[in-house]
Amino acid sequence: MGNILEMRNMTKEFPGVKALDNVNFKVKQGEIHCLVGENGAGKSTLMKVLSGVYPHGTYTGDIVLNGEVQKFSRISDSEKKGIAIIYQELALIPEMTVYENIFLGHEVEKSGIINWHNTKLEAEKMLKKVKLNVHPASKIIDLGVGVQQLIEIAKALSKEVQLLILDEPTAALNEDDSENLLELLIDLKQQGITSIMISHKLKEVISIADTVTVLRDGKTICSLSADKGEINEKDIIKYMVGREINDIFPKRKEKHIGDVQLEVMDWSAFDKKLGRYVVKNADFNVKKGEIVGIAGLMGAGRTEFALSIFGNSKNYVLSGQMTIKNKRVHFTQPKQAINNGIAYVSEDRKGNGLILIQDVKENITIANLKDISNTYIINKNDEIKVANDYKQSLNIKTPSIAQKVSHLSGGNQQKVALGKWLFAKPNILILDEPTRGIDVGAKYEIYTLMNELVSNGLCVIMISSELPEILGMSDRIYVMAEGRLTGEISIEEASQEKIMEMATV
Amino acid sequence: MFKNILVSFKENIRDYGMYIALAVIMLIFTILTDGLFMTSRVLSDLIDMTGYIAVLSVGVTLVIVIRHIDLSIGYVTGFLGAVAAILTSRLGMPLWAIVPLILILGAAIGVFWTGTLVAKFKIPAFVATLAAMTIFRGLLIRVTNSATIFTKNKSFNAIGNGYIPDIAHVGGLHLLTIIFGAIAIGLLIYMEIRNRRKLIAYQLHVSTLSVFITKLVFISAIIMYFVYKLAMYKGFSWTAVIVAVVIVIYNFITKNTTLGRHIYAVGGNPEAAELSGISVKLITFIVFGSMGLLAGLSGILFTARLQSATPTAGMGLELDAIAGAYVGGTSASGGVGKVTGSIIGALVMAALTKGMDLMTVGVSYQYIIRGLVLVLAVIFDVKTRNMRAKTVV
Repeated sequence: MGNILEMRNMTKEFPGVKALDNVNFKVKQGEIHCLVGENGAGKSTLMKVLSGVYPHGTYTGDIVLNGEVQKFSRISDSEKKGIAIIYQELALIPEMTVYENIFLGHEVEKSGIINWHNTKLEAEKMLKKVKLNVHPASKIIDLGVGVQQLIEIAKALSKEVQLLILDEPTAALNEDDSENLLELLIDLKQQGITSIMISHKLKEVISIADTVTVLRDGKTICSLSADKGEINEKDIIKYMVGREINDIFPKRKEKHIGDVQLEVMDWSAFDKKLGRYVVKNADFNVKKGEIVGIAGLMGAGRTEFALSIFGNSKNYVLSGQMTIKNKRVHFTQPKQAINNGIAYVSEDRKGNGLILIQDVKENITIANLKDISNTYIINKNDEIKVANDYKQSLNIKTPSIAQKVSHLSGGNQQKVALGKWLFAKPNILILDEPTRGIDVGAKYEIYTLMNELVSNGLCVIMISSELPEILGMSDRIYVMAEGRLTGEISIEEASQEKIMEMATV
Repeated sequence: MFKNILVSFKENIRDYGMYIALAVIMLIFTILTDGLFMTSRVLSDLIDMTGYIAVLSVGVTLVIVIRHIDLSIGYVTGFLGAVAAILTSRLGMPLWAIVPLILILGAAIGVFWTGTLVAKFKIPAFVATLAAMTIFRGLLIRVTNSATIFTKNKSFNAIGNGYIPDIAHVGGLHLLTIIFGAIAIGLLIYMEIRNRRKLIAYQLHVSTLSVFITKLVFISAIIMYFVYKLAMYKGFSWTAVIVAVVIVIYNFITKNTTLGRHIYAVGGNPEAAELSGISVKLITFIVFGSMGLLAGLSGILFTARLQSATPTAGMGLELDAIAGAYVGGTSASGGVGKVTGSIIGALVMAALTKGMDLMTVGVSYQYIIRGLVLVLAVIFDVKTRNMRAKTVV
């Protein structure tokens, strides 16, 4: 069989990062093709280029579909050619019915007037195709995530899809729903529909894929074929992580690891909005002078775990116990955690870390205004001094501390966020993806700072999706998967393969 | 030097925009009314008619800063004004008891109604205050019994109509007013110089000395001119004094206190604020409490000015107040907005009304023109914000 799709020499650059570097990607007609790789390997970028999210002209290379070079400038262009992409975050309108959703954007209509009768008939046909037994007039909001995922596929089918792209379709599904979905993909294959699936769950990949392509650092590493018996977990992991750690990680001169500072036991967090546990029965501790890494794949519950410790518990029902220096504590709001010496530098700097429309100094002091104020009145001289100190010690590159944070680069924004939390004078510093999206130089500075901090007796909890970073910086590593801590390993025993294995239960 | 001023002007156009708008509007009306607009009596009247709206504008600025809105302030003001009228005319309560009582009642409405609904029950402020709007409309009719209540207490009415006493009248001028004006200018110059020294000491960006001096002379001259105009008439009114006190207090709170910083942090990014240990809930309560308190103050000013409380008092005030805040540069997306800006915004809207009244422009046209000015102001705001972002990057 020929190739339905060929992507040749694809290169896509973002400011400062080469997300795709000369990627070649071939998909055969009628196969299930899995795309795997670590976070940030370029999988999603590649699919976004393919579906026209990044329009023609913003990348270099050729997209060849059925032998023809395509120049998509928007998503609807790729849809017309039979490409449908289903994102991790489902794009259904919760308050609309199933049939309204299936035909949203390509309604069954005549001069703008919708033919509801035909819409419903067609919707039922599509639902049958995905073997879904729900009433077409049900509202999406009343249906489970697994069902919603299938409705997304029905929607794609209604557009006469040839090439179906699924971005981590089973990430949010339970086992039954996942299996159901995978069976459907095989079924669709028999109907002649080609699928590309991005997945972190290697067991699924192995069970379903005809071909597996591995991406790493924006490059194609290899394509493995099931026919040739090349697909096995060990090789995939090897190709996924296969890089050596060089000395981008500064060494600590000496380690003084002391007593346990923070410990949680049988710690669970039930998310009221999602209606499921995001953290389940976790036992965890961190010692004075120690950097503890938390590894895991996206959606494993690491951020949720950090937030639950940090007292941001509005959305969670917490259980289990937490002690700080052997004293039991219970936080209902971040303020209490801060007062107990915990600081949390968030993963999403722009979303919940910094106040972008405010300037550098205002951001640095916001978590600890009491140290620069006389009861309730801010001493602006002190504020300027503090901000200047951090600007210097963290080497924040900004024309002035009165500069708005939104105008700084990612690395410097991260330094402002670090400065903010260092000024809160914590004992326990939680860093959530501390080097995401920042350049190598700034990374090195942040690593050096982390070493300095633990030398001064702080303890650092570092959540990271980058295995080299986890291995290069941690003294001890926890691995998280699906809300559980699936492993604890000392740095001596740790290897990328071991961690990957624990992370992909 | 001219070039320097031009550059500085470009950099700060957003900060000075509304001052310029106000100046232009006043100039246009002065020309169109053959100077009538700039007479002492008209200016004095302009300040008094702005007073009760300016106070509301200050309150609603903070509400908008934390990404909410308050539609109920018109009728809450009307209601509280009516209660004040009853207290003074029917119960004969003294002024010193009425004022704190009304302010507390206002704050209570803000905290226990809007604050609770918005912060605790997570109801959109638009809906919660829309409901409050009709509720207080009803309550206003109830307490006034559908009739106008006249206030006869002289000291009460003086709040809206009276002027500060004079120690001596020199050359047809209200001396105390002149003294106050001079003190204000002195303070302004002192603070500006101190601030500039500090900025230089910390090597932060300052405008050149020539620009700085020009600016100070210019502002002082403008203040002196208006003070002189007012002194030629009856001097500062009590309303002007009260509004000035509100501005000073709120300006200080927003700029120099942890509370102020917390308010802007919540407006700038509520999630980040919460994770920084700020209780978004508490701030929401405080801001709506302050809104209620200022509605109480506005109610007293309004009733005292009309010397009566009517069953429809306060109708539409919320729109003038909100318009004032927007014209004054408060950002609809939250986190940005100055108390002083909103005062100027309120003055712009009032100047439009006053000017068109003097020109005997029909009411229908007045509404249309004020609507257009509001839109123009916000367009200007959005455009200059983008422009500034570009020049800095």
